[in-house]
Amino acid sequence: MSSQDIPEENLPAEQSAGHDEHGHGAVSPADDKHPFVDPGLPPHEPRIQDIDERAAKRSERSVALLFTVSMLATVAFIASFVAIPVDKSVFIFPLGRISALNFALGLTLGIALFCIGAGAVHWARTLMSDVEIADERHPIEAEPEVREKVFADFKQGAKESAIGRRKLIRNTMFGALTLVPLSGVVLLRDLGPLPEDKLRHTLWSKGKLLVNMNTNEPLRPADVAVGSLTFAKPEGLEEHDHDFQNEIAKAALMIVRIQPENIKDKRELEWSHQGIVAYSKICTHVGCPISLYEQQTHHVLCPCHQSTFDLSDGARVIFGPAGHALPQLRIGVNEEGYLEALSDFEEPVGPAFWERG
Amino acid sequence: MSTAQTRRKAPAGERVADWADGRLGIYSLAKANMRKIFPDHWSFMLGEICLYSFIIIILTGVYLTLFFHPSMNEVEYHGSYVPLQGQLMSEAFASTLDISFDVRGGLLIRQIHHWAAIIFLAGMFVHMMRVFFTGAFRKPREINWLFGFLLFVLGMFTGFTGYSLPDDLLSGTGVRFTQGAILSVPIVGTYISMFLFGGEFPGTDFVARFYSIHILLLPGIMLGLVVGHLILVFYHKHTQFAGPGRTNKNVVGMPLLPVYMAKAGGFFFLVFGFIAALAGLATINPIWVLGPYRPDQVSTGAQPDWYMGFAEGLIRAMPGWEINLWGHTLVLGVFIPLVVFGLFLGMIALYPFIESWVTGDKREHHILDRPRNAPTRTGFGVAWVTAYIIMLIGGGNDIVATHFHLSINSVTWFVRIGFFAGPVVAFIITKRICLGLQRRDKEKVLHGRESGIIKRLPHGEFIEVHEPLSQEQMYTLTAHEQYQPVEIGPTVDENGVERKVKGSEKLRAKLSESYFGEGAQIPKPTAEEYREITSGHGHH
Repeated sequence: MSSQDIPEENLPAEQSAGHDEHGHGAVSPADDKHPFVDPGLPPHEPRIQDIDERAAKRSERSVALLFTVSMLATVAFIASFVAIPVDKSVFIFPLGRISALNFALGLTLGIALFCIGAGAVHWARTLMSDVEIADERHPIEAEPEVREKVFADFKQGAKESAIGRRKLIRNTMFGALTLVPLSGVVLLRDLGPLPEDKLRHTLWSKGKLLVNMNTNEPLRPADVAVGSLTFAKPEGLEEHDHDFQNEIAKAALMIVRIQPENIKDKRELEWSHQGIVAYSKICTHVGCPISLYEQQTHHVLCPCHQSTFDLSDGARVIFGPAGHALPQLRIGVNEEGYLEALSDFEEPVGPAFWERG
Repeated sequence: MSTAQTRRKAPAGERVADWADGRLGIYSLAKANMRKIFPDHWSFMLGEICLYSFIIIILTGVYLTLFFHPSMNEVEYHGSYVPLQGQLMSEAFASTLDISFDVRGGLLIRQIHHWAAIIFLAGMFVHMMRVFFTGAFRKPREINWLFGFLLFVLGMFTGFTGYSLPDDLLSGTGVRFTQGAILSVPIVGTYISMFLFGGEFPGTDFVARFYSIHILLLPGIMLGLVVGHLILVFYHKHTQFAGPGRTNKNVVGMPLLPVYMAKAGGFFFLVFGFIAALAGLATINPIWVLGPYRPDQVSTGAQPDWYMGFAEGLIRAMPGWEINLWGHTLVLGVFIPLVVFGLFLGMIALYPFIESWVTGDKREHHILDRPRNAPTRTGFGVAWVTAYIIMLIGGGNDIVATHFHLSINSVTWFVRIGFFAGPVVAFIITKRICLGLQRRDKEKVLHGRESGIIKRLPHGEFIEVHEPLSQEQMYTLTAHEQYQPVEIGPTVDENGVERKVKGSEKLRAKLSESYFGEGAQIPKPTAEEYREITSGHGHH
C-alpha cells in the first residue's frame, strides 16, 4: 500500500492560510484575489441571560426547579416501592393492563434522572459562558529527532540483548512461546464429546409406539383424521426425563393423513400406513420445529425461516432456504392396532452438517 | 510556632488535590484536560448515547446477576405468575420469571437493561454512519474506527448471548438457529457445536457458558475498547465541521469544565431517564408470554433483536444450496450467509484503509467532510446501508408479509434481488444527489442566495433578487478540499525503457478516477469565476 508514487500536487492544497492570527471577531477583509478567505471566528453574541440579570435569575429558578422535581421524584420512587404491591396491575391507556409497580417505578426514576439532566443542560446553555475558544492542534507524528532517538534506543537495546547474534536463544524462545498456548487449547478438549455418530440416531427404533404429544396416549390410525396435524414422540420419553430436551430435539415427529392416491412419492407411500405419514418435525434448514400445516395443499411451513415442504411428495423443499427434504419415519401398526415405528430415521434429522453425506 | 499559626491553611479540597497529585500526578493530567475544548454539533452526541447506554447496561446488568440463576436444571415453577404454575422449565427461566414478578423493581431493571442494549446497538450503528459519512475515520483516526467497529460487532454478540440467557421459547429458537449455522461450517462444524453445547443441542450447559461470555468475557473486552476509544478521542481531539475560524490546526468550541461537564454529564442523566421511563411504559421481551424453551415447540413471528435481523435476513433469503460429494455435505445454503455476514461487516471495517490507499493522502484530517462533498464515499455508504436494510426486511419477511398482506414468496424474492440491485441503484442515486447539492452550493457562492423578492424592471422584465452570501457562508461552502485523480504516469521512463505498470497501480488509477474524476465532483468555484460574475451587473 505504498503511495510514494502519488505526486504531491495531486493532493489538494490547504485552504488559504492566514487565519491563525485572527482572534475573536477579527474579520479579515476579502479582497479581489481571495474572495473566499476565512473571516475568522465570528464575534460572540451575548444571550439574554448575559445582559439581563432578570433573565439569568429566571434561568436559575428553572434549573433549581428541575433539580427539585428530581428530588421529589426520587421520594416518589421510594414511596411507590414501599406502597405498591408487586402483583398489582392497572389499566393505563393506551398501554393496556400493566404492572402498577413497574409503571410507577419507571416513571418516577425516569423523571428523577431526566430532570437532573435537563437541569444541568439548561444551566450549561443559559448560564455558563458560551464564548467559543480555539485550541491548537499539534501533529501527532513525533519530530524527526525523537524518531531517530527511539530507533537508536531500540537498536541499542536489541544489540545489548544480543537477540540477533545469539540465534539459538531467539529460535528456542520463539519455539517455546509458540508451543505454550497449546496447553490452553488442549484444556478446552473436555468442553464436549466428539460428534461420532450422535447426530445420526434418534430415540426411534423398530416397535416404538407413536405417542401423542398432547394426550400422552399411543396413537391408533383412527386418531389421525385427514387434514389434521398431530405431533408425536417415541414411547417411553417423558417430560421429566433428564435428557428429554436433547431427545425431543431429534425425535419430534409430525403426523398427517393424506388420501393414499394423493401421495405422489412412491417411497413415501410405502413407508406410510393407510395414508398416514410421519415426518421429522425438525426443519432441515437450521433446526426450528415446523408447525404450520396447510391441509388443502399438504404443505408445511417452518415459521422461523419459511422453508416450505410438500408432505404429499416426499416432503421435498418447494420454497425457502432449506436444503433437503424432511426425513420420513417408516411406520406401521402392531398387533394391538397402535401406530409404531418400523425403524429409526434412515438419515440424520435436522440441519445438514459436513459429515452428513 | 507563631508564624505557622498565622499562615492560613490551604482549603481542604486543595489539600486533598495536593495529596493525590503527589502520588498520581493529577495536575499534569488536569492541565491538559480540564479546559479541553469540545466542538458543538448535534451529531457528536450520538457517540455519547452509546457510552451512556453502555454504562447503564453495566449498572443494571450487575443488579440482574444478583437474582439470575444461570442454570439449566429442570425445575417445576411455583412462583407468582399463575399461567405457568407447575410447568417444567430451566432454573434460568424460572429465575427470570422471579425477577419479573417477585423481585420489586426487578422487571424495571430487566427492561432498562434490554432497552439500553437495543439503544446501545442502534446508537453505535448511527454513530458509525455519522463517522463514515463525514469522513471522520481518516488519518489519524483509523484505529479508533476499528475500535468502534469491534465494539459494534462485540455488542451484537453480547446482546445475542444476553437475550439467550432467560432460556425462553423465542431465544431458545435463536440459539437453535445459531447451532444450525455452526453445523454448516465445513469439517469442524459438528465439533464446534458439540464443544460449545457440551454435547448435543440443547444440552444443559449453554446457559451457564453464555452467561460467563455475556457478563465477563465480552463486556470485559468491550470495556477495554471503550476506554481505548475515549482515550483516543481525547488524544486526537474532536473533529469539527469547516466554518469561519475553524481550521485543520485548531479545535473551536467550549471547554470541558464547566460547559461539557454539565452538558455531557447532564446528557447521561437524560439518556438514563429516558430509558428508565421507556422501561416503565413499554414492555420488552415478555418471556412469560413466550414460555420456557422446548426444542420441539415454536411460535410464529419469531424475531431476533433488531441488530441480528440482518443476519436473520441473510439466512432467510439464501436459496437452500447443498452439495453432497464423497460422503460429505457442503451446506452452502447456511454457510454462505455466515461468510457473507462476516465479509459484509468486515467491508466497513476496512473502508478507511481502502480510501486512504486510493487518495494516497497521508495528512491528518480534522475537518469533517459534508457528505455531499465526497459523493463516491457517500454513495458507498448509502449502498451499504441499503443492503443492510434490505436484509433487515428479509429478516422480518414473515412480519412484512402478514402486516402488508403480501405473499411471503414475493417478499423473499424482492429481498434476494434487492440485495444485489438495491445498493447499485442507491449508489447511483446518492451520487447524483450529492453532485446536485454541490452544484447548488457553487451556485449559491457565485450568485448569492435566492431572496424570494421578485422585482419588476422598468421595461417589464421580472427578476428575482439574489442576495450575496456573507463572508462566513462563502468560506464554509468553499472550504472543502478536492482531490485530483491519480494518473498512472508515463509508461516509459526517461531513458525510453518501458516501465512495467503494476495491476494495483492500474486499479488505483481507475478507482481514483471514479472518486475524483470528471463527473465525480463539481469543481469548486474559483476566485476568477467569482470575480467575473460579481464584476458584471450581478446578473446571471
